[in-house]
Amino acid sequence: MADEPLVLGIETSCDETGVGIVRGTTLLADAVATSVEEHGRFGGVVPEIASRAHLEAMVPTVQRALDQAGIKASDLDGIAVTAGPGLAGALLVGVSAAKAYAYALDKPLYGVNHLASHICVDQLEHGRLPEPTMALLVSGGHSSLLLTSDITSDVRSLGATVDDAAGEAFDKVARVLGLGFPGGPVIDRYAAEGDPAAIAFPRGLSGPRDPAYDFSFSGLKTAVARWIEARRRAGEEVPVRDVAASFQEAVTDVLTRKAVRACLDHGVDHLMIGGGVAANSRLRAMAQERCERAGIELRVPRMKLCTDNGAMVAALGSEMVWRDRAPSAFDLSADSSLPVTETHVPAAGPVLPLSHDELHRMSE
Amino acid sequence: MLLLAFDTATPAVTAALLDTEDGAVLASADQVDARRHGELLLPVVDRVLRTAGVGKEQLGALAVGVGPGPYTGLRVGLATAAALGHALGIPVHGVCTLDGIAHAARQAGLSGPFTVATDARRKEVYWARYDAAAGRAEGPQVDRPGELAERLGGLPAVGAGALLYPEVFRNVPEGMPEHQSAAALAAYAAGELAAGRPLLPPTPLYLRRPDAEVPKNYKTVLPA
Repeated sequence: MADEPLVLGIETSCDETGVGIVRGTTLLADAVATSVEEHGRFGGVVPEIASRAHLEAMVPTVQRALDQAGIKASDLDGIAVTAGPGLAGALLVGVSAAKAYAYALDKPLYGVNHLASHICVDQLEHGRLPEPTMALLVSGGHSSLLLTSDITSDVRSLGATVDDAAGEAFDKVARVLGLGFPGGPVIDRYAAEGDPAAIAFPRGLSGPRDPAYDFSFSGLKTAVARWIEARRRAGEEVPVRDVAASFQEAVTDVLTRKAVRACLDHGVDHLMIGGGVAANSRLRAMAQERCERAGIELRVPRMKLCTDNGAMVAALGSEMVWRDRAPSAFDLSADSSLPVTETHVPAAGPVLPLSHDELHRMSE
Repeated sequence: MLLLAFDTATPAVTAALLDTEDGAVLASADQVDARRHGELLLPVVDRVLRTAGVGKEQLGALAVGVGPGPYTGLRVGLATAAALGHALGIPVHGVCTLDGIAHAARQAGLSGPFTVATDARRKEVYWARYDAAAGRAEGPQVDRPGELAERLGGLPAVGAGALLYPEVFRNVPEGMPEHQSAAALAAYAAGELAAGRPLLPPTPLYLRRPDAEVPKNYKTVLPA
């Protein structure tokens, strides 16, 4: 095991500053600093606040991860960083720091894809991913069905949300109910005491002619808001627990139904669920039940690995080293809309020399 | 001691290596591209060290421009400095970006009191006023240029912010720096350190609070 790649991963795509250290598929450190409390009163993540917090937290979080892992930075085999997708200014803090660490330590740099990292993190919990694996990624920014045959080089998108992400719907419904931000955990808590069949909220894009693997949560969110407002106008009390449970049921029903269908359609017998919404207890229970019935093995990492963290970036970085993928160049960009098919951002040419000017000079 | 300085708070991505023993600038490199600080900085730093034939383990300290400047670019320099300093185990000093430009203006022959102004976007400038003894007398601050006209309009002014608003900054001497140069920043930092004056912590001078509004009351979905 000692010869498996030892990689440090940096994640700053949203409001979590994550630094993880991984050896192969073994988690050694998972340090996270979050600015979530600073965003609460704004009802969502404010990019500039997140970027400022990343800069402050970066070095202390790296040090904390090194201490947790009990290794020296010079022991590392590589530095991995989320190159995208995510908030541009937030990504850039992590990318800049990662380049500097890689440069100062003479280690290869791997700019990797945030969504592929969310899938790869499961290796830290359940060992190497079966190939192929179906992945359902659900968070505040993403809702996607992805099929991967090699997490370092081949991730295909089967479908994604056409409007709001699943986590965004949780935030918005929590706001209508006056439950604060973020909405996921609090809705989960209220829903546990409510009746999921109390209100029949719509299941978006679930008709026979709708795209089989795409999602839509905007209509659901509006339907929930209308239902609540009608109650309020009639002077009736809003049954918060029943609304939360019925809304959550509508989201998880569509997510799991489409994920299982994607597995069956593509003959894939493993489903992985990742992203912040994978922390939802109803989603986990329903997925478990439906996967069992369909003969699909379900893999969901523990909650702390589902939300954004650096360990997932380190996990994918380690896999990049293991499979001998090309490192990134030191002019790596942060790409807020990096397509999921780009699992990593390899250098176009040799990593050194670094600048265009130098390349020109050499070619003269 | 070898001091590596860089700054990303103006459209220039600039780095320089200075030997504090004799004040000699061993190498410097600049690239002006306001939208690619993230891509350019590390290659520029690498070019400076290669040109000087100096290994990064030989560096004794870093000096980094802490702004004020447009935030996203500014953070590239500060995140890079923090991580380099951490990994190499060397101190990281912060320098007000406008002080670096002021030092370059003095080197270019400007004397007497003057103003440095850079582009703060949103029709504002970052500015500071320097006295005849080369000290920063006022600032750094961020303001609409119109508000400065009466107070500063007559003083010589340097920097892209001054060039951008000629109706306010009417006295812009020829041959003065427009953006930051890390060679001047390094020279200024080395001078301050040699004189035993402390530099700034390597944290950004944002001067503005993040743009964010607490949402107004809940907006209903049903028609009123």
